[in-house]
Amino acid sequence: MLNKDDRSAEWREELRKSMKAKERTDIPRVHMRELDAEYRSHSRIEEVNLGLTAEMAMLEAKRCLDCANPTCMLGCPVGIDIPRFVKNIECGEFLEAAKTLKETSALPAVCGRVCPQEKQCEGQCMHLKMKKESVAVGHLERFAADYERESGNISVPVTAPANNIKIAAVGSGPAGLAFAGDMAKLGYEVVVFEALHEIGGVLKYGIPEFRLPNEIVDVEIQNLQSMGVHFVTNCVVGKTISIKDLEDDGYKGIFVASGAGLPRFMNIKGENLVGVMSSNEYLTRVNLMDAASEDSDTPVFKGKKVAIIGGGNTAMDSVRTAKRLGAERAMIVYRRSEEEMPARLEEVKHAKEEGIEFWTLHNPIEYIGNEQGRVTHMLLQVMTLGEPDESGRRSPVEIPGKTELIEVDEVVVSVGVSPNPLIPQSVEGLEVTKWGTVVVDNNTMQSAVPVIFAGGDIVRGGATVILAMGDGRRAAKSMDEWIKKN
Amino acid sequence: MNKIVSKEYFSANVIKFEVEAPLIAKARKAGHFVMVKVGLKGERIPLTIADADLQKGTITLVVQKMGVSSTKLCALEAGDFITDMVGPLGKATHIENFGTVVCACGGVGTAPMMPIVAALKKAGNRVITVIAARTKDLIILEEQMREHSDEVIVMTDDGSYGNQGLVTNGVESVINREKVDLCVTIGPAIMMKFVSLLTKKYEVPTLASLNTIMVDGTGMCGACRVSVGGKTKFVCVDGPEFDAHLVDFDEMLMRLGGYRDIEREDMAKMV
Ligand SMILES: Cc1cc2nc3c(=O)[nH]c(=O)nc-3n(C[C@H](O)[C@H](O)[C@H](O)COP(=O)(O)OP(=O)(O)OC[C@H]3O[C@@H](n4cnc5c(N)ncnc54)[C@H](O)[C@@H]3O)c2cc1C
Ligand SMILES: Cc1cc2nc3c(=O)[nH]c(=O)nc-3n(C[C@H](O)[C@H](O)[C@H](O)COP(=O)(O)OP(=O)(O)OC[C@H]3O[C@@H](n4cnc5c(N)ncnc54)[C@H](O)[C@@H]3O)c2cc1C
Ligand code: SF4
Ligand code: SF4
Ligand code: FES
Repeated sequence: MLNKDDRSAEWREELRKSMKAKERTDIPRVHMRELDAEYRSHSRIEEVNLGLTAEMAMLEAKRCLDCANPTCMLGCPVGIDIPRFVKNIECGEFLEAAKTLKETSALPAVCGRVCPQEKQCEGQCMHLKMKKESVAVGHLERFAADYERESGNISVPVTAPANNIKIAAVGSGPAGLAFAGDMAKLGYEVVVFEALHEIGGVLKYGIPEFRLPNEIVDVEIQNLQSMGVHFVTNCVVGKTISIKDLEDDGYKGIFVASGAGLPRFMNIKGENLVGVMSSNEYLTRVNLMDAASEDSDTPVFKGKKVAIIGGGNTAMDSVRTAKRLGAERAMIVYRRSEEEMPARLEEVKHAKEEGIEFWTLHNPIEYIGNEQGRVTHMLLQVMTLGEPDESGRRSPVEIPGKTELIEVDEVVVSVGVSPNPLIPQSVEGLEVTKWGTVVVDNNTMQSAVPVIFAGGDIVRGGATVILAMGDGRRAAKSMDEWIKKN
Repeated sequence: MNKIVSKEYFSANVIKFEVEAPLIAKARKAGHFVMVKVGLKGERIPLTIADADLQKGTITLVVQKMGVSSTKLCALEAGDFITDMVGPLGKATHIENFGTVVCACGGVGTAPMMPIVAALKKAGNRVITVIAARTKDLIILEEQMREHSDEVIVMTDDGSYGNQGLVTNGVESVINREKVDLCVTIGPAIMMKFVSLLTKKYEVPTLASLNTIMVDGTGMCGACRVSVGGKTKFVCVDGPEFDAHLVDFDEMLMRLGGYRDIEREDMAKMV
């Protein structure tokens, strides 16, 4: 693909020559500006990360070597042309950079904020091989997307002429949105069905505003709407309408992106006490229902001594939310050590700065309540690390007889989610694993029922925004090919 | 947005709405419910689909004013719109010809019982409906129940109408007089607990339709969880109907009271 923007373009060659590689790698990595930790730990909505200034972004962009073989791109599940967008930033062509992002990503402002970049693009940056810190691709991505949004000059991706073929997506999380964006670009008539009253999936009901403001998700959704994507909220596929109804209605392909929304509990004594709840319930009340606001009708407990059980992103989001709702003690209880924690490094760092207590190598074995059935204490088993288990992480082992009793008035259980069983149960012939995930061909994302494709957490059982989006994009490509063949 | 087509008062605090919802009307079966949200910052509350009209594309809801959310809904008039409504949710009631079925309902449980009584009758059962309330004015849907039941027994706590006594007295009188194959009970948790204890004594299989606190109604949050036979179940997806003899009603009662203080404050703010 040769165009005015590829690596051999004159402007990029000139740019590369303008500075020695050594000089580039010697520039220290940019630091994200952040709200003061004490201040932000009481501010429920304000975003913690404040973004880069134009100067900071342009300097950081200089660090990128515009590699002939950009390994960073291998780490990006949606294949963003990273050097091209970064070099556009270096030139101050911020809107061009944003356009580059949108060629392959439906939600750049979201991914720039929530991607586990250290494991994805940045984890494969050339700099690491030279023992330097990687280029801050995520921060730059966020900068370009924010710049475009704030400039008011939002470009709408070019769509092919309408082909009048109807396509459905079930679920409006990142997988469904990415799929919808790509199919709209190809000229399809896309309708996204969503069970909840809000569009965005976990981006809306799970990830809190202090990490990902709703407004940003909404702008990206409006962007899809201006490309012609249609959204139907309050519609549970499998209940309100069936997959068969969709087929009868003339939908030629259906992408199931219904996520992993089923909360897991540990089945220990006292888990049904009042004040013990899943992180899904806690975060849904606060994020989707805005329960902590005066004018919301939905109630939420604002515990003073709150324990969150688990060590993933969801646990970090819950514990930081509890702190913001006024907890004097907000505690993470995790059965392994900090090294094994699945949460993003940035979240753990932010949580610590905000005064979150970390009870690693502890595991709850019982909750104790008062006469009204409200939780008052948790009994923790002290653990130690044993041999690595099948996940490759060292497994937690009980230290016999060693327990601790801790006062709590609220417990949020965040030990994982399972796939939503609704669709798998309601479609005959769909192949499902014993974990309840839908089986698809890894390359095409097509299921055992040809008209149904699937991706995101319903296939992976709980992954990341960017992997879900990558699935959506792959499903769009192969569904397009499949429809054209038939 | 769903348009309210008509509004009718059964009593000062119990109101019947007919609401436009063609897709739900088509898909629903007896026992299903919807989640309803009034206003942008409204709460999502579960309400049983009492009836549906396929021609008109409407469903019927019978709502009792309890706290903030049900009161906001009841303030809407014909022509107004309900901000959000989703359904049909939950498992439909298993309907077959069981023989003789006693349907024991109290308070707001009478509305959700309506479609179940009708469906049981249609399937050929002998249906005896027991309606209970504190006092005469709170007895609702009596006429409609008579239409679909072989017999209706009315019980009031104060004896102001029908027989004096509790719902359990009504059920026991039937069990003592004839063979009952199944009991279905819907009402306040405390009422269902006592119906369940009674029918357990007589070994009459019993279904209870549980009205726990819900948030999403689609299996996503676990707010609605109850213990049934020692296992945790989600009422919104595994129920709302369960074998009453296996339900831990004491735990359910405890969980229902969980937000009482916050709700009371909210209600105080509203009035
Ligand atoms: C609190 C939290 C924090 C997280 N933080 C991060 C992070 O920082 N970085 C990261 O990369 N990942 C993070 N994740 C994981 C990430 O959000 C998920 O992997 C991703 O959202 C999965 O996308 P999805 O599109 O498959 O599903 P979802 O986002 O779950 O969306 C599925 C949607 O489908 C709807 N739906 C379900 N069933 C039906 C039906 N039958 N009919 C219609 N609609 C239906 C649901 O209501 C939902 O809106 C986090 C997850 C949580 C819960
Ligand atoms: C599957 C299902 C079907 C239902 N069907 C109907 C129906 O058809 N018609 C109808 O009017 N109601 C029905 N309900 C109950 C209805 O959802 C609640 O009355 C409503 O949520 C109360 O909301 P509120 O904000 O008005 O009151 P709140 O402020 O939430 O509650 C006010 C008071 O009522 C108590 N309360 C709250 N919820 C319940 C409950 N579920 N049972 C007993 N006491 C409660 C609270 O503890 C509080 O003291 C159903 C519930 C479920 C789970
Ligand atoms: S989308 Fe995520 S993985 Fe891809 S370049 Fe952006 S931050 Fe990196
Ligand atoms: S690997 Fe690093 S230096 Fe090379 S193009 Fe990618 S971001 Fe730039
Ligand atoms: S209401 Fe959320 S799981 Fe049942």
